[in-house]
Amino acid sequence: MANKNLSVWTSIPFWRRSAAWVTGFASILLIWLTFDTLGQITMGTDDDLKNGVTKRVPAATVINYKIGYEMSTKRGHEVPTIGEKEPFFGKEWSADDAADLLHLGKLTSQTKNCMNCHTLLGNGAYYAPDLTKAWIDPAWSKTGPMMAMTGKSTKEEAIAEFLQHPSTYPTHARMMPELGITADEAKGLVAFLKHMSSIDTNGFPRNFGKEEGSTNAH
Amino acid sequence: MLTSIKENHLTNKGQELGMMYFRVAIILFGAQLVMGLIAAIQFLAPGFLFELFDFSVARMVHINALVVWMLYAMIGATYMMLTDETGHEGVAIGLGKLGFWLLTAAVTVVVLVYIIVQVGPGTEASLWLIHEGREYIEAPRWADIGIVVVVLIFYFNVFATYMKGEKTGIMTVMVANLLALAGLYMAGMFYTDNISMDQFWWWWVIHLWVEATWEVFVGTLAAYALIKIIGAKREIVEMWLWIEVLMLFGSGILGMGHHYFWIGTPEYWWEIGALFSALEPVPLIAMFVHVLYDWGKEQGIAEGRGETASVITNGPAMAWIVTNAFGNFLGAGIWGFFHTLPQVNIYTHGTQFTAAHGHLSFFGAYATILIGMMYYGLQRAYGVQRMKLTFKSKMGIFLTTFGVMGMTIALTIAGYEQVIVERGEMGATWNAFFVAQNLPWYVQAQMWRAIMGVVTLLGFIYLAWDLLTIGKVSKEAEA
Repeated sequence: MANKNLSVWTSIPFWRRSAAWVTGFASILLIWLTFDTLGQITMGTDDDLKNGVTKRVPAATVINYKIGYEMSTKRGHEVPTIGEKEPFFGKEWSADDAADLLHLGKLTSQTKNCMNCHTLLGNGAYYAPDLTKAWIDPAWSKTGPMMAMTGKSTKEEAIAEFLQHPSTYPTHARMMPELGITADEAKGLVAFLKHMSSIDTNGFPRNFGKEEGSTNAH
Repeated sequence: MLTSIKENHLTNKGQELGMMYFRVAIILFGAQLVMGLIAAIQFLAPGFLFELFDFSVARMVHINALVVWMLYAMIGATYMMLTDETGHEGVAIGLGKLGFWLLTAAVTVVVLVYIIVQVGPGTEASLWLIHEGREYIEAPRWADIGIVVVVLIFYFNVFATYMKGEKTGIMTVMVANLLALAGLYMAGMFYTDNISMDQFWWWWVIHLWVEATWEVFVGTLAAYALIKIIGAKREIVEMWLWIEVLMLFGSGILGMGHHYFWIGTPEYWWEIGALFSALEPVPLIAMFVHVLYDWGKEQGIAEGRGETASVITNGPAMAWIVTNAFGNFLGAGIWGFFHTLPQVNIYTHGTQFTAAHGHLSFFGAYATILIGMMYYGLQRAYGVQRMKLTFKSKMGIFLTTFGVMGMTIALTIAGYEQVIVERGEMGATWNAFFVAQNLPWYVQAQMWRAIMGVVTLLGFIYLAWDLLTIGKVSKEAEA
């Protein structure tokens, strides 16, 4: 075979060149798409929010707004909605303060190792619920069980209280452990969760919180 | 394995260094299984070690031990083949040994900090000193920098030896692929407040490792091993290798799109991810066919010459390589394809389906061939002409493979339940999650997973025992 090539299909140089071209082409396409995607997932600004400009990942000040998750007939799946303003921990946050709070929250989500029990945007471990849309989970709504359990009057305070003392408020035999989360870190984490719920995830998870009644499967 | 270096049948210093890496790899493999077992028990009895050694800690050490033992075994395997392929003594093996000790000291400190400190306050210092809380690449920043330094030493050794020696096709692929593999690690070494951006680059490391560069690495190992173990023709395995590189990179690089369906990234990744990741099993079928075909062909030629003996000069290594050919296709190919299309993945993303796929693919695609390389290293270290399967080798390969397969099936069933009930019926909420987790069939599946985990650990004990003894036993049998 090395002496005489009977066919291109048994020629090593042919396959080497093909491998190089295909790899090069795939890599260039990936890099090109990466530039496009990076532009689309860069965090928006406070002005975008004020002017109603939709961003896939909104600015940190999105914590000052009501967030929903509604079916878009145009896109064929659910999308996050950013509604009217609502106070977050009793006040409206400036762009700088909101960014600082989100920074603390994201940092804490890493240092407390959330991702090795929970999934964030569906990635992580599968021991605890997905947190992508945790902020709008019915369990934390006015009529949900968590508000009464923690004795708080707002959703953000209830979540912050739970995060600081999770095993004091057990919901199931499988509990979240005490991770030494401080009051400030808890606030940051709630901001991080609220911000994450406003990210456009192309309809994941589907039908979130739309179930009425419960299944007979159990 | 302990006396593999003292026996000193190794023809060069690079192989000694390879054996050093293999020893640490097998210890970390054991640690991985113990941690996995703790986590599996916690699924069934959540009170087990609660607030003492929580699931998050066990799971972090479980997956980190996995990544690190595989990297150790990969470095070991590269040092093992370096001089054989290039015909040149490694240029800076002394420096390589220093790198080995640095890396091993760093890994020890990192693991102790994971186990003892566990979590830190929400500050940058925690990321630098404790861990980064990013699945698979949790290593704290100081260790990241240390890893880069050690990998640079390793790469310098490989590259400089390659430049001085013979440039075979196998080594050319190895040198180019290792550069990509090492460089990609840097995509995971920064912090951002933007979780979508975070995960976008995180996948550059994870996906482009396990679904591109690691797979090509397996291709080069299989090529080298087939030449050494069954006497396959270099022209044939190298041609296969280039075809595999073409198909693996051609599908795997853009197959990354299947991780970009739901993390905030644009919709066009649906089409790109679906198309290219659906092609990812194709090279795995090719690799499977290639290993079995070459084996059959070489045996046939030998029989044609009137020889009756097997062409296999290392039974356990070949057994693990054949398991790799099958396991890679089944675990990475089939189990990956199960949930790679967005129409399916919108429901299965982040469920036990992923765990099932993860277990069989890491084992089938990587653990198997790396263990095969360890057996090959032992054969060389003890100067054994023909290494045969012992009872312990057979028990090791049978029980670990059976155990991992069992865990995979159990987790697939658990995933199926979870997808239907939590995602399909109940809309993925906090409550939906727990309803699904408490279904009797789900719990039963988790129980089987734990049982199969024990079987895997038993297999590992046989395997480790065999690795410790087979060199001496085979040598004595031949004497």
